[in-house]
Amino acid sequence: MSFLVVPCLLLLLASVAFVQGKRRALAVAAGERLHSRPWYHGMLVALWCLIPGLLIYLLWVFFADSILTRLVLQELPREMLARGAAQKTLLVNDLHNLVAGHVAARDIDPVLQQAADHYRALAATGRMFMAFLMLGTAVLSAALVYFRISPDLRSRNHVEQIIRVGLLLCSTVAVLTTIGIVLSVLFESIRFFRQVPLAEFLFGLKWSPQMAMRADQVASSGSFGAVPVLAGTFMISAIALAVAVPVGLMSAIYLSEYAAPGVRTWAKPAMEILAGVPTVVYGFFAALVVAPCIRDVGTMAGLDVSSESALAAGLVMGIMIIPFVSSLSDDVINAVPQSLRDGSYGLGATRSETIIHVVLPAALPGIVGGILLAASRAIGETMIVVMAAGLSARLTANPLEAVTTVTVQIVTLLVGDQEFDSPKTLAAFALGLLLFVVTLLLNVVALYVVRRYREEYE
Amino acid sequence: MDAAQAVLKISDMPFPAVDEQQGTVEGAGPAPRADNRDTVGEPFVEDPRMTCRDVNVYYGEKHAIRDVSIDIAHNEVLAMIGPSGCGKSTFLRCLNRMNDTVDTCRVSGRILLDGLDIYGRLVDVVPLRARVGMVFQKPNPFPKSIYDNIAYGPRIHGLAESRSELDGIVENSLKKAGLWQEVHDRLDQPGTGLSGGQQQRLCIARAIAVQPEVILMDEPCSALDPIATATVEDLIAELREQYTIVIVTHNMQQAARVSRRTAYFHLGALIEVGPTDRIFTNPRHRLTEDYITGRFG
Repeated sequence: MSFLVVPCLLLLLASVAFVQGKRRALAVAAGERLHSRPWYHGMLVALWCLIPGLLIYLLWVFFADSILTRLVLQELPREMLARGAAQKTLLVNDLHNLVAGHVAARDIDPVLQQAADHYRALAATGRMFMAFLMLGTAVLSAALVYFRISPDLRSRNHVEQIIRVGLLLCSTVAVLTTIGIVLSVLFESIRFFRQVPLAEFLFGLKWSPQMAMRADQVASSGSFGAVPVLAGTFMISAIALAVAVPVGLMSAIYLSEYAAPGVRTWAKPAMEILAGVPTVVYGFFAALVVAPCIRDVGTMAGLDVSSESALAAGLVMGIMIIPFVSSLSDDVINAVPQSLRDGSYGLGATRSETIIHVVLPAALPGIVGGILLAASRAIGETMIVVMAAGLSARLTANPLEAVTTVTVQIVTLLVGDQEFDSPKTLAAFALGLLLFVVTLLLNVVALYVVRRYREEYE
Repeated sequence: MDAAQAVLKISDMPFPAVDEQQGTVEGAGPAPRADNRDTVGEPFVEDPRMTCRDVNVYYGEKHAIRDVSIDIAHNEVLAMIGPSGCGKSTFLRCLNRMNDTVDTCRVSGRILLDGLDIYGRLVDVVPLRARVGMVFQKPNPFPKSIYDNIAYGPRIHGLAESRSELDGIVENSLKKAGLWQEVHDRLDQPGTGLSGGQQQRLCIARAIAVQPEVILMDEPCSALDPIATATVEDLIAELREQYTIVIVTHNMQQAARVSRRTAYFHLGALIEVGPTDRIFTNPRHRLTEDYITGRFG
C-alpha cells in the first residue's frame, strides 16, 4: 500500500461525509427551518472527518522516524552506541541508508543489517496501525457530528470559524518563513561572532577573508572588517539610484501626464520588459559592453579606469531598476485625484506647475516607496556586481576603480568546497545578516515615510 | 403630452437651423410648445462681461451642448439649472476652457470675455483661467497647508513681490471667503484637515486670491450639509458685489436664493433664460415649468 493512498482515502471519506451530512440536514429539517443551509452541515461533517485524520497523519509523518530509530537503537549492542555522539550519528545514517535500500560504500555489520530489517518491519506495522487509527478517528468524529445534526445546530458559525483558522494559518506561513530565515542566518552569525569580535566586523577597514587552513600553510591571517565591502555596496547602489530615480521618475511623469493613451498602452509594458531581463544577462552586458566602453572613454580623457569598475556595474544596475521606480511612480501619480489637477488648472496653473506643485507632492509617499523598493533591490542585487564590479575589497570613493559588494563576497565565500566551522565561511552568514538588517531598516524608513505623508489627500 | 413623452420627442427631433433671432423672443406671447428648442426669455444683456454665441460641444461622437447663446452681465449671479446630464456643467467648463483637459472634447462657436474670443488662436489659457476662476463640486484643497493653498495661485502668477505682500493676499482672501476667523491661528495646518464646508470656502478663497473677474461654481454646495451650504450662500451674496458669478446647481431653492438671473438647460440646449423671480414664478416654456414644478428632473 503506497503511503499516499491513506490521505486519498481520507479525502474520499470526507466527500462522502459531506454528501451524507447534507442529506441528513435535509432529512432532519422536515419542513422546519434550518439554522444553517444544508451545505454548511455537510461541510461541518466533512471538516470533522478531515481534520482529526490529517492531524494524526501529520503526527506520524513528523515523529515516526525518530520514534522508530530510537526503538531500533535500543536493541543494538551497547558497545556500538558507547563510542560518542559523532559515531552514533554515523550509525544512524548507515541505518537509514540501509532502510532506504541505498548501496552502502563499506561492509555492513550484520547486526546493523538486522536492525535495519527490524526497522522496516516496525515501520510497516506502524503504518498499518496508523492508517487504521486515522481512518477510524475520521469516521468516528464525523459520525459524532453527523448524529448531532439538528435544525438548531449552528453549523455555519462553526464552519466559518474553522475557515478563519485556516486563513490565519496560511497567512502565518510567510511570517514563519521569514523568521526561520532570520534565525538560521542569525545562528550561523553568532558562531562567526564567537571567533571574530562584532566591533572588528562592523568597524574594521580591512576585508581579507583568506585564512590558513592548516598551521603550516602560508596565507594571511584573515581580517573581517566589513566597512570596505559595505562601502562598495553603497557606492554601487548610489550610482544605480542616481541613474534610475531621475530617469524612472521623468518617464513616469511623461507616461501619466503627457503621453497620449495610445503611447501609454505600449510604452508602459515595454518599460516593464526591462524588469524581466534576467540579471545574468545584465551582468554580461555590464562586463562585456559597458565596462570596456567606460574604460576606453576614460583612457581617452586621460583617466585611469580599471576594466571592472563600480561605475559600470552601477550604471547597468540603474537601468535594471528603472522599471521599479517608473512603474510604481506611474501608478501613484495616476492615483492622484483628477480633482486636484482641475483645481490647479482652474487657478491658471500650467501643466508643469501643476505637476511640480500639486501632483508630485501628493504622490510623494508612493514615489518614495518605489525608490526605496528599488534601493533594496539594488543593495541585494548579486549577478551584475559579481560579473562587473570586481572582487578586491578596496575602500575608495572613486567610482572608476573596482570595488566589491556584500553580495559578491557572500558568493565568493560560499562557492566551492567549504568547511563550515571556519570564520571564512561563517563570515558569509554575518554579511547576509548585515545585508538583511540594512534592507530591513530601509523598509522601515519607507513605511514610516509612506505613513507620515499618506493621509494628506483623499 | 406628459413630460416623459416630451423628452422622447425632443431627443428624436432633428435640430432646426439657428438664425440670429434665436433666443430673442420677447414679451408675453403664447407659451411655446414643449418641443420648441429655441431659447425663450432674455438671454442677452447690454454691456455683457461674457458673450457666448452658438456654442456647441462634442465629447467624441456625443453632442453635449447644442447651439447655446447667452450673455453674462457684470456683477451678476447667473444660476444654471436643469436635470442631470443636461450639459450645464459642460457649458460652465467651456467658460474658462477647463474642457481643454479632456482629450475628446471639441468646442465650436464663440465665447468672448470682455470682447476677447477666449478660444482664439493666440489666447493663452493660463491668464484666461486667472481671470475666470473656478470652484468645483467636491472641495479639492491641495495636500498643502492652508496658507500654501491660498498662496498657490498668487505665487504661480507672481502677484506678490514680497512675503508680507503674500501674507496680505492670503489674509484678504480668507477674510473675503469668511474663513479668516476660523483658521487665522492655524494657517500652517493642512487644508485637508478642515471640515467640508470650510474646505469649500478655502477653495473659494483660493480662487479669489488670483483676483479673477468671473468665478465659475460647479455645484459648490452639493457635498455640504445645510449649515455649511448656508454659509457658502451668504458668501456668494457678498462676493457678487465684486465679481461676476456663474453657478451651476441642482438645488432650485439655492438658485432662487442666490441668483439674479437663471438659465434652464435641457438635453444640451438652453431652453429659457430670465430674471430668477420671473423664471420661478412665471416660466414661459413648458419644459422649464415642468422642471421647476418637479414634474421631472
